[in-house]
Amino acid sequence: MEKSGFSPVGLRVLVVDDDPTWLKILEKMLKKCSYEVTTCGLAREALRLLRERKDGYDIVISDVNMPDMDGFKLLEHVGLELDLPVIMMSVDGETSRVMKGVQHGACDYLLKPIRMKELKIIWQHVLRKKLQEVRDIEGCGYEGGADWITRYDEAHFLGGGEDVSFGKKRKDFDFEKKLLQDESDPSSSSSKKARVVWSFELHQKFVNAVNQIGCDHKAGPKKILDLMNVPWLTRENVASHLQKYRLYLSRLEKGKELKCYSGGVKNADSSPKDVEVNSGYQSPGRSSYVFSGGNSLIQKATEIDPKPLASASLSDLNTDVIMPPKTKKTRIGFDPPISSSAFDSLLPWNDVPEVLESKPVLYENSFLQQQPLPSQSSYVANSAPSLMEEEMKPPYETPAGGSSVNADEFLMPQDKIPTVTLQDLDPSAMKLQEFNTEAILRSLNWELPESHHSVSLDTDLDLTWLQGERFLANTGLQFQDYSSSPSLLSELPAHLNWYGNERLPDPDEYSFMVDQGLFIS
Amino acid sequence: MDALIAQLQRQFRDYTISLYQQGFLDDQFTELKKLQDDGSPDFVAEVLTLFFEDCVKLISNMARALDKTTGAVDFSQVGASVHQLKGSSSSVGAKRVKALCVSFKEYCEAKNYEGCVRCLQQVDIEYKALKTKLQDMFNLEKQIIQAGGIVPQVDIN
Repeated sequence: MEKSGFSPVGLRVLVVDDDPTWLKILEKMLKKCSYEVTTCGLAREALRLLRERKDGYDIVISDVNMPDMDGFKLLEHVGLELDLPVIMMSVDGETSRVMKGVQHGACDYLLKPIRMKELKIIWQHVLRKKLQEVRDIEGCGYEGGADWITRYDEAHFLGGGEDVSFGKKRKDFDFEKKLLQDESDPSSSSSKKARVVWSFELHQKFVNAVNQIGCDHKAGPKKILDLMNVPWLTRENVASHLQKYRLYLSRLEKGKELKCYSGGVKNADSSPKDVEVNSGYQSPGRSSYVFSGGNSLIQKATEIDPKPLASASLSDLNTDVIMPPKTKKTRIGFDPPISSSAFDSLLPWNDVPEVLESKPVLYENSFLQQQPLPSQSSYVANSAPSLMEEEMKPPYETPAGGSSVNADEFLMPQDKIPTVTLQDLDPSAMKLQEFNTEAILRSLNWELPESHHSVSLDTDLDLTWLQGERFLANTGLQFQDYSSSPSLLSELPAHLNWYGNERLPDPDEYSFMVDQGLFIS
Repeated sequence: MDALIAQLQRQFRDYTISLYQQGFLDDQFTELKKLQDDGSPDFVAEVLTLFFEDCVKLISNMARALDKTTGAVDFSQVGASVHQLKGSSSSVGAKRVKALCVSFKEYCEAKNYEGCVRCLQQVDIEYKALKTKLQDMFNLEKQIIQAGGIVPQVDIN
C-alpha cells in the first residue's frame, strides 16, 4: 500500500438503501465526488456482492433500516468478515440509534438529508483503515515495524504535530510495545501477508477457543491459535482479530456507560444538520475519542490532508490493547464536522454550474405526465399570482355538521371524541369502538366515490385558489389549516373502501369543485 | 418575446420562492437542483417521480395496516412505513410531508388509531398538494424554455 499514492478519486463505494429515491440521489452525489459507485437496494444482495468480490470495494454506506436485514447486522457482517469501513445512515438521529451504530462498529453515522460535504470526506475512513492494517500486519514485532511507522507517519503526516494528544500517543505506544513484547515471538520478521478474511466459521472457531480458555483477558493469541488448529493462520492474524474482538465485547458491556457521554448529540427532528455524528469509530470500533482528536487537528491545521488522520489513528492502537476497565472518554460527535474546505483544496471539484442552462428538458416522465390539462400554453399573467395567493386561506372548508376534526384536535394526542379508546383494543369493547370509529371515518370522508376519479383529484386542490383576489407572497401558511377539512381527497385504492361508497356530506362544496373544473396551468 | 420570457421568469422565481416560504420545500430541494447537470438534465424530475411513486406505495401500505377489518391493527407496521416515508420525503425536501411523518410516528407509538387515520389522510393530501405545486413549477420551466428563455436559478436565502 502506497500511502503517498492514496487518492480519493475512484474510491469504490457500495451504497445500500432500500429507498429508491435516496439510492438515486446518493449515487449522483458520490459520482460527483469522483467515486466509483455501486448501488444496492437489499442488504443480502450487498453482502453477496461484497463476498463475491472480496477486494472489490473500499467502503460501504448503508441505511440503518432495511426490510430484509437490520442495517446493524449488515454492519457486523461486513466488519467482521471483510473488515471494511462502514458508514451508517438514517433519517433518525436518536441517540440510542447512533450509539448502536457506534457499538456495532460503524465508522460514521450520517443523518439524512446527507450533504455533499459529508460524502466528500468519507475517504478518510478508508485511509485510516489502511494505515491500521499496515500496523496490524507488521504484527507484534514492534521493535522494527512500529518505529518505522511512527517515524514515517511523523515525517509525512504529522508535520508540526501541534496536537496535545501526540505526546500521549508516544507514551501509550511504548506501553503497548511493552505489553505485546510479553507475548510476542522473538521473530519479528513481518513480511506483508495477505489480508485474512474472517469468515463466520473461522470466527466461530476463534470464539470457541477464547471461551475455552475462559476469561478472555487471559487469552493470548498464541493459546487461541493453538486451540483453533487452523494451519494457515498465524499468530499475528489472531492477535489483530483478538484486539477487535475484545473491543467489540467491551463496547457491548459499556453500552450503558457510553450513554453518559453522549449528551451532546441532539435529536434529529429538531435540527437534522447538527446531529452529524463524526464518531470516528472504525469497524469494529476504535474509540471516538481518537477521532475527535483528529477532528480538532484538522480544524487547526493549515495544511490539509491525511496528517490529522494519521495522528488520530496512531492513538487507536493504544486504546485497543488496554482493556475494558479503562473508560474511553468517548465524545460521540461533539466535534464539529470535518471541514470540507480542507478537502476542497486537495482536489479540483467540478462544482455544479450556477445557472441552469437552457437544455432540452424532457417532461416525459410519469410524474409530470400526470399533468392532466391541455391549457398549459395559456399561462396567463394572472394565473401565477392566483396560484400563489391561495395558500393564505385554508383551502378546505369544514363540512357543515360533520364531525370532522379541527386543527386543535389534530394536534392533540388526546382525542375529544370519547368513544374511541386510544390505547388498548379491549375485545369486549372492540365492537363498539369499531362502530364508532367507522362513524368517525365516514364523517371524515375517508373515501370518495369512484366517479370522482375522472376529475383528477390532484387538480381539485388548486381550484380553491380561484377564490382569492390578491397576489401575495405568503409567509408560511400554518399547516394546521389543512386538517380542517379532510373531506376533499382520498384517492385510496378501491379495495380499501371498507366503509362502502359514501358520498361527501357537503354536496354543494363538491359540486363547486367540479364546476370550477380545471385549474389554470 | 423577450417581455414574455422575462415575465415567465419572474413568475417562475416568485412561484418557487413561495413554495419555500409556505413550507412545501426546504433546502434539500435546493441541493437536489444543484445535482442536476448536463449529464442528467432531468435528474430532479426523475427523483421526484420516484418519490411520488414511493408515496403511493407507502400510503397504501399504511392504509392496509390500519385496516381493522383484517384483524388487529399492527402499529409497528404502520410506523415502519411512516419511517420510510419520512426518509423518502427528506430526500426531496418535502418539508410538510416530512413534518407530518413526525406526528404520525408519535401516534403510531402511542397506538392512537384515530390519530393515525387522521395523519394518513393528511399525508395523502400533502403529498398530492406538493405534487401539483411541483407540476406547476415544471410547467413554468417548460414555458420559459419554449419561449426561448433560460430557467433562472432561484436564490432562496
